[in-house]
Amino acid sequence: MEKERVNNMEVIVDAKDLEYRELNEKIHEILNKNPNIKKIILKNVLGQRFIGNGIQKKDLIIEIHGIPGGDLGMFMNGPTIIVYGNTDHAPGNTMDDGKIVIHGSGGDVTGHSMRGGRIFVRDNVGYRSGIHMKEYNDKFPVLVVGGTAKDFLGEYMAGGIVIILNIDNKGNDLGKIKGKMIGTGIHGGSIYIRGNVDKSQLGVAADIKEFTEEDKKRITPYIEEFCKEFGLSDELKNKLINSKYTKIAPISKRPFEKLYTPDLR
Amino acid sequence: MCGIIGFMSRKKRLISGDKIAIALDSLKERGNGQGSGYVGYGIYPKYKDSYAIHVFLDNEPHYNEIKENVKKTLEKYGYVLKDEEIPTKEGVLEKEHIPWRFFYDFDEKYRDVEEDTMVKIVMEINDKIDGAFVFSSGKNLGVFKASGWPKEVAEFYKLDEYKGYMWLSHARYPTNTRGWWGGAHPFNLLNWSVVHNGEITSYGTNKRYVESFGYKCRLLTDTEVVSYIFDLLIRKHKLPVEYALSAIAPRFWKEIDNMPEEERKIHEAIRMTYGSATLNGPFAIIVGTHEGMMFMNGDIEKENAMVGLTDRIKLRPLVAAEKDDLTFVSSEEAAIRKICPELDRVWMPDAGIPVIARVEK
Repeated sequence: MEKERVNNMEVIVDAKDLEYRELNEKIHEILNKNPNIKKIILKNVLGQRFIGNGIQKKDLIIEIHGIPGGDLGMFMNGPTIIVYGNTDHAPGNTMDDGKIVIHGSGGDVTGHSMRGGRIFVRDNVGYRSGIHMKEYNDKFPVLVVGGTAKDFLGEYMAGGIVIILNIDNKGNDLGKIKGKMIGTGIHGGSIYIRGNVDKSQLGVAADIKEFTEEDKKRITPYIEEFCKEFGLSDELKNKLINSKYTKIAPISKRPFEKLYTPDLR
Repeated sequence: MCGIIGFMSRKKRLISGDKIAIALDSLKERGNGQGSGYVGYGIYPKYKDSYAIHVFLDNEPHYNEIKENVKKTLEKYGYVLKDEEIPTKEGVLEKEHIPWRFFYDFDEKYRDVEEDTMVKIVMEINDKIDGAFVFSSGKNLGVFKASGWPKEVAEFYKLDEYKGYMWLSHARYPTNTRGWWGGAHPFNLLNWSVVHNGEITSYGTNKRYVESFGYKCRLLTDTEVVSYIFDLLIRKHKLPVEYALSAIAPRFWKEIDNMPEEERKIHEAIRMTYGSATLNGPFAIIVGTHEGMMFMNGDIEKENAMVGLTDRIKLRPLVAAEKDDLTFVSSEEAAIRKICPELDRVWMPDAGIPVIARVEK
């Protein structure tokens, strides 16, 4: 295959054996030369880190075939990244806006410090996913996971939404989630897990709140978008929308206020 | 940081060392060129029943004298069948040390205690002989390590000329102690080899603990103590491997409280007895073994295994995968796919829960 093929709207890059610096420089070079470009297709990606970092362009799609390295889409503002494979650690790290769609699993700390945009993961995510997600005014990050999440989901979470759908790749229920220490140190935002969660699975500062009609309305559009991205059937979509979710949210806005400053008030 | 990757053939198919070198090279961003290393199991079929002892000799004019001192120590307990400089390629690395190897058999009278005696010899050389460090002392296996990038170290030792059924490797990013040849991973004692990503914050406690049993930590890196803990708990104290691993990464008290009575008692006893063997701090480790490995119920299995284990709260990454007879463990999936693009299964092992791959009988 040619190393690089360009038409007006679309570029294909063969990333085979490219160092991550070379690949990322190439992406930036393409963007500089073709300001109207709509799609960059990366083939044979294997372990290259930092793809899509800091790119500010709303109507750009970056399609990745292979296994990208860590910090995919870090500081990104606007583009959509679609990955056909698993990702390594921290996809969407401190992402500002845009969308990451992973047709596979996310590594540890998926959605690390996300401050806007959406991440959709078809399969599972690793430890500490959604760690330190935050929201501010119209910035509102959303992480939706089709399968399950490892321990410390939503650790130190300060805003946004995490939704765990708890189905396998055929749409079957995975059963009660195993994750521990969910929402350790959470002080904003909410985590919705399909099915039941025991209080013993929560970390300090997290609490189980009533799942209301309002919550259902709130998460429905994101579930619909998830089903659309991955081509799930209407039947499955309705099942997911009409399931019972456990809502996990902070006990208070400042769970540790007395921990470090007991004498100050 | 640090990058680790290992693979084994459960059918004991021999695989050339250049595969592991390609995989480790793809993890080089996780290291800084201050230490890389490999261990291959099954690489010395001609001497498979003898000990293969790899020693670093300081590269100075009187290195021959140092070597003779090592030889004298060995000859107190047995016979050197052959000794030679480990073949290396010139001009790849600055040769701070001369890697030497001895193929060695014990005298009849030490046969019953040869493993204990080998530990004693390794400790004696590392502690008493200036300018010499044993960095590999098992049978039919060998560690190859140095300061350098993964590719350089593999090229230096001509790794493509060895064939093994199991390879573990490590690209180092030294943090608490300086990078030097002896501080590179894997760390080996007898048939235990350890590669480790992370830091052992409990090093002081662990070091004092193993030193009370005669082990001497002389390689200036925290991981050294891990190989001695494995030797102590599994070979010496004959703990079943699952319990030994539970001593090293114990279950949380909260979890232990919820276990069935009998299991709870066992885990309580492990935590109380082996508190000083607990590894604290972030880690992901792979441990290679060769024989005399204890599994459940203390049955001795004279077989080979590879263990992958992370700390209990998963502060370092670890991915496992399978393809036909091959089992892989790595810091990153991409490194596995570099040498094996199509995999049957890829999964992220649970924190603190070991993955054990055994050679088929």
